[in-house]
Amino acid sequence: MDKNESDITRKAEEFLKVFRKGEEFTQELLKENERLRYRTVQFEDQVKALQRRSEGPEIENLKDTISHLEEEKTALINRYKAVEDENKDFAARYLEVEDENNNLANLYVASYQLHSTLDFTEVLTIVVEIIINLIGTDEFGIMLIDEMTNELSFVASEGIDSIKNKKIKIGDGIIGNVVKTGENYFEEDLEIFHPASDLHPIVCIPLKIKDYIIGVIAIFSLMEQKNKKLTKVDYELLSMLAGHAATAIFSSKLYSQSERKLSTIQGFIDLLSNKNK
Amino acid sequence: MAAYNLLIVEDSPTMRQLISFSLKRLKNVKIVEATNGVDALKKLSEEKFSLIIADINMPLMDGLKLLSIIRSDPIYNNIPVIIVTTEGAEADREKGIKLGANAYLSKPIQTTELLKVVTGLLKIEN
Repeated sequence: MDKNESDITRKAEEFLKVFRKGEEFTQELLKENERLRYRTVQFEDQVKALQRRSEGPEIENLKDTISHLEEEKTALINRYKAVEDENKDFAARYLEVEDENNNLANLYVASYQLHSTLDFTEVLTIVVEIIINLIGTDEFGIMLIDEMTNELSFVASEGIDSIKNKKIKIGDGIIGNVVKTGENYFEEDLEIFHPASDLHPIVCIPLKIKDYIIGVIAIFSLMEQKNKKLTKVDYELLSMLAGHAATAIFSSKLYSQSERKLSTIQGFIDLLSNKNK
Repeated sequence: MAAYNLLIVEDSPTMRQLISFSLKRLKNVKIVEATNGVDALKKLSEEKFSLIIADINMPLMDGLKLLSIIRSDPIYNNIPVIIVTTEGAEADREKGIKLGANAYLSKPIQTTELLKVVTGLLKIEN
């Protein structure tokens, strides 16, 4: 064999080798193709099975459960909101009760103090203290009716030195009119209040024992921290003062008068018993 | 035994009773009352106090004088002091704070505010 023949033989062998590899590869591809077809059929069956299940009663039940739970969730959210609103109401109510409690405490202290003594001067001091400390005013006066002259005059006052010696006739001006009518007087808007005279009060309440009026409490201005406003408890306190202060002042006045009479009688008795000796 | 001993220094019996009445709503407190600064110093020498509430305008010794004595005495200078006055004036507030007052209340005293200040200074729950 010459060299050319041996080259051809070697090339033919190499070609055969490549051809066999190609054949093997094609066989493998065919096998893989077959396997993939089988998998596709399997998946198709699974999809069909899943489709069948999704249309079944189990899914319907689950859907029902979900919608039921959704409704429950909405109801719970609404209930939560309602409870939250209720809590807010309770908190507001608690503050109101707390305020009411504080106001009652103030009223209790004021009435307790007013009836703690029968001394006329002490009673007046207590009324002054209540007006300053519980209502918050530094310009006011307590006026009593002089039954002989039918005039009102100041028996206690604070911060009104320029008018404290003035006398007012029943029916004259706001103060005199309060005594005449027996009605409380409250200036409507303290923000724009301009007194028409030095005897123009912002508040004037009659000191009343049932329908019997013995005098008035006249307030001419409020302390700075009151911000030109009377609170609900101020009105309650003032109304309470009208009754309790009147009783306390009247009783203490009667008591001092009776004490004076008693000491006069005692003086006479002593004098007579000394004469008889 | 009360955990907190509070001293109210006030010449007006109405105000003393009102403050005392409000403070009695707190748990574990004992309230002692003094009618002026001199009376307060006597009470301070007799027992230990957790807090003092003192009016400014009082006879014999006013609240500011009492405060300056308390703050210059090493035995009492740690006691919180609340100053109370009828005037809402800034000058009195500044004077009180300068002398070492821990808080300041203006008359008419609001119970809610009083309790808030007291519980805050004593670090107790209302």
